[in-house]
Amino acid sequence: MTRRYSAFGLLREGLRGHTGWQPAWRMPDPKPAYDAVIIGGGGQGLATAYYLAKNHGMTRVAVIEKGWLGGGNTGRNTSTIRSNYFYPESVALYDFSLRLYEGLGRELNYNIMLSQRGLVSVANSDAEMEIAARTVNAMQINGVDGELLGAEQVIEKAPLLNTTDRARFPIYGGTWQGRAGVARHDAVAWGYARAADGFGVDIIQNCEVTGFLVENGRCVGVETSRGTIRAGAVGLATAGQSSVLAAKAGFKLPIRSFALQAMVSEPVKPCLDTVVLYPGTGTYLFQSDKGEIVVGGGLDRVLSYGHRGNPPMQTQVLSGLLEMFPSFGQLRLMRQWAGIVDVVPDSSPIIGPSPLPGLYLDCGWGTGGFKAIPAGGYLLAHLISTGQHHEISRPFDLDRFASGRLIDEAAGSGIPH
Amino acid sequence: MQLFSCPFCGPRDETEFHFGAEAGNVRPEPAASTSAEAWADYLHFETNPKGPSREIWVHTTCGEFFLMERDTVTHEVKGSQSLRRGEA
Repeated sequence: MTRRYSAFGLLREGLRGHTGWQPAWRMPDPKPAYDAVIIGGGGQGLATAYYLAKNHGMTRVAVIEKGWLGGGNTGRNTSTIRSNYFYPESVALYDFSLRLYEGLGRELNYNIMLSQRGLVSVANSDAEMEIAARTVNAMQINGVDGELLGAEQVIEKAPLLNTTDRARFPIYGGTWQGRAGVARHDAVAWGYARAADGFGVDIIQNCEVTGFLVENGRCVGVETSRGTIRAGAVGLATAGQSSVLAAKAGFKLPIRSFALQAMVSEPVKPCLDTVVLYPGTGTYLFQSDKGEIVVGGGLDRVLSYGHRGNPPMQTQVLSGLLEMFPSFGQLRLMRQWAGIVDVVPDSSPIIGPSPLPGLYLDCGWGTGGFKAIPAGGYLLAHLISTGQHHEISRPFDLDRFASGRLIDEAAGSGIPH
Repeated sequence: MQLFSCPFCGPRDETEFHFGAEAGNVRPEPAASTSAEAWADYLHFETNPKGPSREIWVHTTCGEFFLMERDTVTHEVKGSQSLRRGEA
């Protein structure tokens, strides 16, 4: 039984020298069979297991993770959450996720440190201001909070921005989503893991899927490094590994894998209380609760499964940072890392049945999977449990590539993700 | 910084190159009798291999497309080959 976390419990443990804490989840051995097996113990997979149990009463569920829990892109992203998209299908998906995030800490009884500090995307020319107005109009029509800011308002949000006459990217204004923000990425994975474990879900780490068990043309389980596991249905919630697993299941995906890197500076006193993006430089940043400046940018230029970034993109991201915030030139970088992201031609995810019956997909989130963890898990759980699409996931089916009904957000919202 | 080898210009900085496509992806013909699925497979679906990979790149400074064999995990470049008729 999962013990409830509370302020009183924290005080009690503080007085007892913290000797009474229990592990937040078990480390079970795999059973021979489950009703559902989820491949991938990141946020998406753990959320799927949680919603299978909570929404659909399925508790004979296993999450299989080849490494450690939340050690893939869940632990490598820059933890930004937003729903400032262009197309109605995307807004329905990402705002659903944001709404789930807004109640998640309480629901999971786990502090995910959600901080809705807002996101400003800065326009650096008259033309960009027109695009910004179009984006804000789309957001408002789609029922999402969006605001068009003038230059003064942008500078008020982030006073350290480069406002000199010599700025290569002068500030004309920008778009603002006040409900956007950041959350503690590990806590999201751990919170879902603890809650799913509380329902009886087995989380099996250090267990790699090596193949799929197929009988009469249907996926009925997985072969793993720890033996065969049979399953009523299998969900694929992987990143940086989706094409490899799809090949084992006998099909291809419209995915290219790239390294996406991020960096943090040494911690400094509070100086930036919002998330700032320049589409012009491709650099975005915020200050973490620890005081570090967290910086990210675009994809590396070379397709890669190597978990490290290449210098050209680092140079571009950091030169963007110095253009936006010249005073940050004093900061020293503390860490730099990369995750492997699965990029789909229209920059939208793939949610739906796979070509192999019994196997369901929740992958291809590109650079934006963290913000969609609650929605991805919710929708994959719905698919696995009912065999049918939820109305929100229907447009993101794999069949959109043959029908041509792509949801091209890279073109629509102009924000790489 | 990675060096890629253009078959015409020799080893050059990776920023001079642009990824084109996976090698061996042949356009289905004739278009009139190609199904939407086969066309989507040609246009969008990828092997996206982890490990050894054969790719078409363009050297943007000289404008030549060529075949490059490299490893997507180690980033080792195994070699480049011209795509000109009679040379590949």
